[in-house]
Parts: sequence; structure tokens; C-alpha cells
Amino acid sequence: MEKNKKRLFGISASLILVLLLVLFGFWAANRAHENRMHQDTLARVKKTKTINWGVKTDTKLFGLVNTKSGQSEGFDVDLAKALTKQIGKQVGEQLTPTFTPVNASSKVQLLKNTNIDGVLAVMTITKERAKVVDFSKPYFPAGNSLLVKKDSGIQSIQDLNGPSKTILIALGTTAADTVKKEAPKAKVLALQDYASAMQALKAGQGQAIVTDNAILYGLVSENPDYHVVGGIMGYAPYGIAFDHNQPGMVRQANQALDVLKKNGTYNALIEKWFGQVPGLNLSELEVQA
Amino acid sequence: MTDFINALTPENLGYLLQGLGITVAVSVLSIIISFLLGSIVGIVMFEKIPYFSSLVGTLNNIVRNLPLLLIIFFTYFALPQIGIRLPVFWSTVVAMSFFEAAMLSEIIRGGLDSVDKGQFEGARSTGLSNRQTLVHIVLPQAYKKMIPPLISQLISLVKDTSLASGIVLADLTFRGQVVYAQNSHYIVPVLVFMTFCYFVVNYLLSLLAKHLDRRLA
Amino acid sequence: MMIFDHYRSLFISGFGYTIAASLIALVASLVLGTFFALLQLSKKRAWAALGNAYVQFFRNVPLLIITLFFYLAVAKVIKMTGFVAGTVALSLYTSAFIAESVRAGILAIDKGQMEGALANGLSYGQAMSRIVLPQAFKVAIPSLGNQFINLVKNSSILAFVGGLDLMYQGNLVAASSFDTFTSYIIVGLFYLLLTLPLSYGMQYLEERLQESR
Repeated sequence: MEKNKKRLFGISASLILVLLLVLFGFWAANRAHENRMHQDTLARVKKTKTINWGVKTDTKLFGLVNTKSGQSEGFDVDLAKALTKQIGKQVGEQLTPTFTPVNASSKVQLLKNTNIDGVLAVMTITKERAKVVDFSKPYFPAGNSLLVKKDSGIQSIQDLNGPSKTILIALGTTAADTVKKEAPKAKVLALQDYASAMQALKAGQGQAIVTDNAILYGLVSENPDYHVVGGIMGYAPYGIAFDHNQPGMVRQANQALDVLKKNGTYNALIEKWFGQVPGLNLSELEVQA
Repeated sequence: MTDFINALTPENLGYLLQGLGITVAVSVLSIIISFLLGSIVGIVMFEKIPYFSSLVGTLNNIVRNLPLLLIIFFTYFALPQIGIRLPVFWSTVVAMSFFEAAMLSEIIRGGLDSVDKGQFEGARSTGLSNRQTLVHIVLPQAYKKMIPPLISQLISLVKDTSLASGIVLADLTFRGQVVYAQNSHYIVPVLVFMTFCYFVVNYLLSLLAKHLDRRLA
Repeated sequence: MMIFDHYRSLFISGFGYTIAASLIALVASLVLGTFFALLQLSKKRAWAALGNAYVQFFRNVPLLIITLFFYLAVAKVIKMTGFVAGTVALSLYTSAFIAESVRAGILAIDKGQMEGALANGLSYGQAMSRIVLPQAFKVAIPSLGNQFINLVKNSSILAFVGGLDLMYQGNLVAASSFDTFTSYIIVGLFYLLLTLPLSYGMQYLEERLQESR
């Protein structure tokens, strides 16, 4: 009797559990499908009166956490604050910026999942990425620059276009193309990452590092005997990313960016964050009136 | 050596230690939740209810055999797609509790199995019901035996919380990465400091487990 | 399933790297683990302490920290890819757990066997490798099996250092397809393809061993 009861209980409990799992599966598949339909970012921003920006935590000058306050600080963060205020003016709402730390793998996922509204995180505009997110107009003129010893006398990549010169690059960056184009006669030594490239430069294995200007600006702060020269080659600007298919939000962001560039806010931020970079000619970054 | 001094400023140290606090908070919350959940699953498996126990056992086995990292990413990145959107901290707690419950249920079932069968019969013959026997006689003994393995699971949790740095939980590991982003010379000092923190917390826990093991044995 | 068809080559290559990392780490951690188990049981105090320190260290520090150490610090001196750094870290980490299993196995073997073997004129090394260790491994099979399952799951750590494994590719697919849900479920099924047979195989072995005892 007891045994039969247990058996009956077991069978019915199993059936219920299986049923629940199957139902959950269907529900989840259905929900996932529905949620793939887009939410309008601008409408959400207006409703919540906040813009939640994804920012970097580990990138010097753009988004690096201040360990005292625990908040990210940098050009990206300041620009996000200014943009939020300006977009608020444009749509007639008082908007507040909030910040969510993101890393390389999470930024796009969080946009898609609507955890964040926009990404200002040293994100290069590429065709590949533009298939899955919407980009604003370029907000920062990124590209390759040169890092050389201060007393080397090297001013541009043309000074390195000879068989006795070696240019250091980091693997998997666009620097290889830049060097091939601008200094085809130079030897190229590709290192694991830019930290090893820096070691190699110090050891005299090459005369210059070619890599993203933003990274070089960070490197010189650790290495005061070196400076950044040569302008911007292989222009690959950064853009502000939004979820796919958000023309309203992109339009507002572009308009706000234009206003900030015109009223001097943009140049003031460039001055604030990049004014101290040795060797850098600020006019490369600033917008000209 | 100067790198150590430069890297471990009071600000940076404070920032890192707060991260250790988050690591411990996530671990302790997760061990409590997973213990409750794992007890239910463990008891179901122990009771050998026809069909139901083996079904639950199979589901449990599936969870146990997945990488925790996958479960963490799934909770944070995939659940929002079905409308379940949790902040990073709670995402981590949910993922770790879910995974750990599957691990603990095996331990709990093993603990129950190890209680002498004679005790069941003895308790039942004194007129206790099935459930009373389980709650008052068997479970207390089983739990006592489980304290050391529970602590070693807590050690695993403290270590595993570091995986959540992948979804940007501001735990010790993530904060370490932030600090050595200030200067590439800080990488070794910060890694050494983080290793030290994890080792001290976990080693103390393992000593506690050993001590309790001896006292309870 | 569209996602799987579309990204099949990524999943398959990731699966390959996961298997490769697991196999390499399995062999390396068995060798290292046995070595450190013997070291722990050494009669010389200093050796035993060294073995103990090794095991305690790697058991109590997160695998991710060890991996980052190889990838960021050691790789500066000795060049290595993320795959190599991750696999080395995985081997060291797992070896500490295997050392514990093997040590417990050795301790479970009756002392008389060692004494008997020594009395019969075998050297300590011969007695250990021919008489005690084979039995110790047999005793340790269930816990070694568990360690191997953990090893396969832990190989997902490679994703943190661009190790090209299943988890790494899964993240890529999730990010580019935006069907995170399905992508991660496919990744999970691939892992289960490795771990479930191991887990059930271990259960079967354990039951057989118990019967034979």
C-alpha cells in the first residue's frame, strides 16, 4: 500500500516536472522571439529620464576607474555626461547619465539586452560591427601614430622608411597595413602585445612603435622619455554605439555631438584629457572652427 | 620592489579589499541558498521515489557537468532575452547558487546514505513517522558529517567568484585588472597581492574544515 | 539550429581546442600530481613540506588568477599564446587536486605491502612503482575521474585569455549572432558531450569496483 502510494506520487511528480520544463521551454523560446523585436531606445530614455552608458574601466584617458571613488573617469565618461545634458535639452527632458562598466565581450550584449542605452568605450567603427549595432558619427579621430624616444629626432614615419630601420607593432592590429603602406622599406617586428612592444623599444630592438594613438597616449604616461609623433595614419575613428535600428537615438546623438563641437565643449574635453600627452599636437584631435 | 610600493597605494589597496568583500559576500550568499536548494534535491534523490528521483538525479547531473563559467554567462547574457534581467551581483549569486546546489545535493545525498540504516528502523519502531525520522534523527547527523565538505565547497565558491569578473562583477579579480590597467608595471604586484588575499581566506577556511573534521569525528 | 549550421566551423574548432587542452592537461597533471603526492609522503621533512606547500597553494588560489599570471607575467619572459598559458595553468591547478587523490590512494594501501616488498629485496622506488602505486590508482579512480570532469569544465578558463576553446568561440557566436540563448545552449550541449559520458562511466566503474571488493 505504502509502496503503491509512493509509486503513484513518483509518477505524477515526474509528469508534472516534465510538463513544467516543457512549458518553460516553449515560453522561453516565445519570449526570446518577442524580445528580439526592437525597443525604441529614445522612447526608453525619455521614459526613464536617464541615459545608461557602457564605459570602459581599464583604458587610460578614456575610461579608467579611479580607485578612490570607484567610478570610471576619462574622455569617454566626460563626453557621455555632456552628451546626456545636450540630448536632454534637445528632447525637452532633464536627463541624468548613469554608467555601467563594460568589457570587450559584454558591451554589445548589454546593448542588445537593453541593460544599457549607449556605448562610449573606445569602440572603433567597423563594417562588421555596423551590421549589428548603430554607430553615431565619429567622435574621436583614432588611428595609428608613432611612439619614439624623445631624443631620437624622428618626426614622422617617413624617417623610418629604410632597410636599416625596424618598426615594432603588436600582433593582430591594423598597424601592419599602415607600415606596409607608409614605410614599405622598413623591417617590421610583431610582438605579442603593446606592453612587449614597449619592452622591445626600450631594449633598442626597433626605433618606433606603431599602434593606435589612444594606446600610445596611455603608454607615454608610464614612460616619460618617449613621445608621440607622426600624426594619425590609417584613420579608424571611434563611434558611439546604440542598439541596431535606432534612427531616433542616433539622430539625437549626432545633433548633440555637433552642438558640443561647435560650442567648444568638445575641444575643452580634448584639452583636459590629452593636453598633457608629450609630443602630441592637439590640433590633430580638436575640431577646427 | 618599487613597483610593489607604487602599485599598492592606500587607495588601490582599499579598492582591492572592497572587492574581496564582494567576493566573500557573493560566496556566503551562494553557499546559503545552494545549501537550502541542494538539501531539497538531495533529499529527493535519497528518498528513491520511483521515476521522480532518477529524473531529478539526471537533471542534477546535467547541471553538475556544465562549466560554471557557462552558467554565469548564460544567466547574465541570455536570461535577459526571455525578460529575466538581473544586476551583475544577483546574476552571479543566482548562477553560483544554481550550480553549487547541484554539487551540494550529491554531498547531501551521500551524507544521508551514510547514516546507519539501523537508526531509521530504530526511530520508526519508537513510533516516529517517516518525515519525523528524517527531520529529527537522520538530517541532523547527516548535516554534522557534511560541515567539512560544505566548507570545502565554500572554498570553491570563493575561488569561482573570480569567474564573474568576466561579466564585470566588481570582485577582487576584476578590481585587480582595473588597478594594473593604471600601469603595466603593476601587473605582478597586483597578481601577487590578489593571490595572497585568496590564499589567506581559503587557507583559513581549510584549517577550519580540518579542525571541525577532527572535533566532529 | 540555424545558428549551429551557420557557425558550425567555430563550434567544432572550439570543441577541438577544448579536447586538446583537456588531454594535455590530463597527462601533465597526472604526472605532476603523482610526483607531488610522492613528495608529500617523503620521509624527508623538507621534501614533504615542499610537496605540501605546492598542493596547498594551488588548491587555494583561483584558476583564473593562475591563468592570468602565466598570460600576463610569465608570457613576458617566455613567449606563449593564450592557449598555452591557459593549458599550463590548468595543468598546475589540477595537479594539486590529483596529488591529493593519489596521496589518499597511497595511504589507503596497507603499510604491510610496502614492508613486505622491501623485505623481499625491492628498492623503495621499485616497491612504490610496482606494488603500491598501481593499487593506489585503482583506489583513487573515482576521485581521479571527478578531477578529470572538473578539468574538462575548467578548461573554459581559456576563454579569458583568447584560448580559442569552446567557451571562447561560444562568446564570439553569442556576440555576433545575438541569439545568446541558443548559442550558449549549443555550447552547453558540447560540454555535456564530453562530461556526461565521463560522469556515467565513472559511476559504472565505481559500482564495479565496489562489487569486486
